[in-house]
Amino acid sequence: MTDSPQAAVAGRTAPIRVVLAKLGLDGHDRGLKVVARMLRDAGMEVIYLGLRQTTDTVIAAVEQEDADVIGLSMHNAGHLALAPRIVQAVSDAGLDVPVVIGGIVPEADVSALKEMGISAVLHPGASAVAVGEAVREAVRGSLGDQPVHD
Amino acid sequence: MTEPGDLLERAIAGERRALGRLLSLVEQGGEAADEVAEMVHDRTPGEAPVIGVTGAPGTGKSTLVGHLVKEMAGTGGQPAVLAVDPSSPLTGGAILGDRIRMDGVAGGRAFIRSMATRGHAGGLALAVPAALRLFEACGFGPLVVETVGVGQVEVDVTRTADTTVVLVAPGMGDAVQANKAGLLEVADVLVVNKADRPGADDTRRDLEHMLDLGRITGLAQDWRPNIIMTTATTGTGADQVQNAIQAHREHLTETGQLEARRRSRIHQEVLDRVTQELDAAASQYLSTQPAVLTEALAGRSTPAATAAKISKRLLSNQPPS
Repeated sequence: MTDSPQAAVAGRTAPIRVVLAKLGLDGHDRGLKVVARMLRDAGMEVIYLGLRQTTDTVIAAVEQEDADVIGLSMHNAGHLALAPRIVQAVSDAGLDVPVVIGGIVPEADVSALKEMGISAVLHPGASAVAVGEAVREAVRGSLGDQPVHD
Repeated sequence: MTEPGDLLERAIAGERRALGRLLSLVEQGGEAADEVAEMVHDRTPGEAPVIGVTGAPGTGKSTLVGHLVKEMAGTGGQPAVLAVDPSSPLTGGAILGDRIRMDGVAGGRAFIRSMATRGHAGGLALAVPAALRLFEACGFGPLVVETVGVGQVEVDVTRTADTTVVLVAPGMGDAVQANKAGLLEVADVLVVNKADRPGADDTRRDLEHMLDLGRITGLAQDWRPNIIMTTATTGTGADQVQNAIQAHREHLTETGQLEARRRSRIHQEVLDRVTQELDAAASQYLSTQPAVLTEALAGRSTPAATAAKISKRLLSNQPPS
């Protein structure tokens, strides 16, 4: 059914659906718009929520849109506070959806974020290919050997 | 692991994640989609009002839909929105950017689902009515379908609606534009959005003229679309749009057209399905019998003549000679 072999991972026929958002009062959304375009060009369907979202609005969007992955952009040093909250919210909702973070994240924080359950962390300057591959890899990881829609 | 039947039970019980999954099944088409369609059939009397919203990109459709949904929820409705955005013909990717305009206003009051066209006009034409039935089976209504009004596909999609709202913005062009065939003709309610901008009254006047001419030529039927001025960023006029939608629905009910529209929708859906099957059969035929193209490729036969030959064989189920 799909015209986007690039977006597909093994076992699925539809394009990957990504919810993209920024949480709270972090107003720097230029990067998020660039990432949206990168993922679009990687053949994915991007549900763009933009600025001033909460864990609740992100979870609601993931449920209604049947998204495969959440992409959060963080530019205000809030990542260590917000990452556990979104991971908790995903698990509270009974969802099995990986979270990828992109933005200004010191290298030293990456392992802490991964331990909290963040699938991947993308830094400034990440290429379009790297961004697409990280998201695809996160989806692949969450699917395991299962077919797409459990 | 999760069967459609189980998902449907959970979706009807109000689990939004389950409905989200079912919508994906319906969107992908094929056997799973057919199974869902069979299951919801008995639960869909087709009574939920369906409102189509269309217009050129950037006219404020999503923002207005956010306010409409708020109005609907305020009067006891359980609105659901299907927001269609185009897929890239090159990569299949899409930016689904309608939700961002609606969420702030509509909050959690509506179920909003974004749908990409996925490069399959026929597929979308099948997925939209199926998704709407699924919404109804889960207790939602009114149902809103928002499409980018740039082509015939979108006009077709809005035909799944009882009432079609067409948005225009000031600066859409002069009276000649207003009289071109297409989008404006399918409007049951006309909205001039961004009415706080210069030129809004001129746009209204051009639309009024267009409607007057419809009377003169006799093409316009018994319904003259209301023209509503709105400013969607503030929500000004959204209540009037809602009233106009209701007035149109009453008109449809009184004149028996609601039933007529419903019948023609089923007719159209059956036709769309048959067309899709035939289309797939033709593609299959050409890819498995490339020899049928030889004459045309060598220039010894016109594409039209070759096509006529193939159609004849396909429709009469003859084996390739």
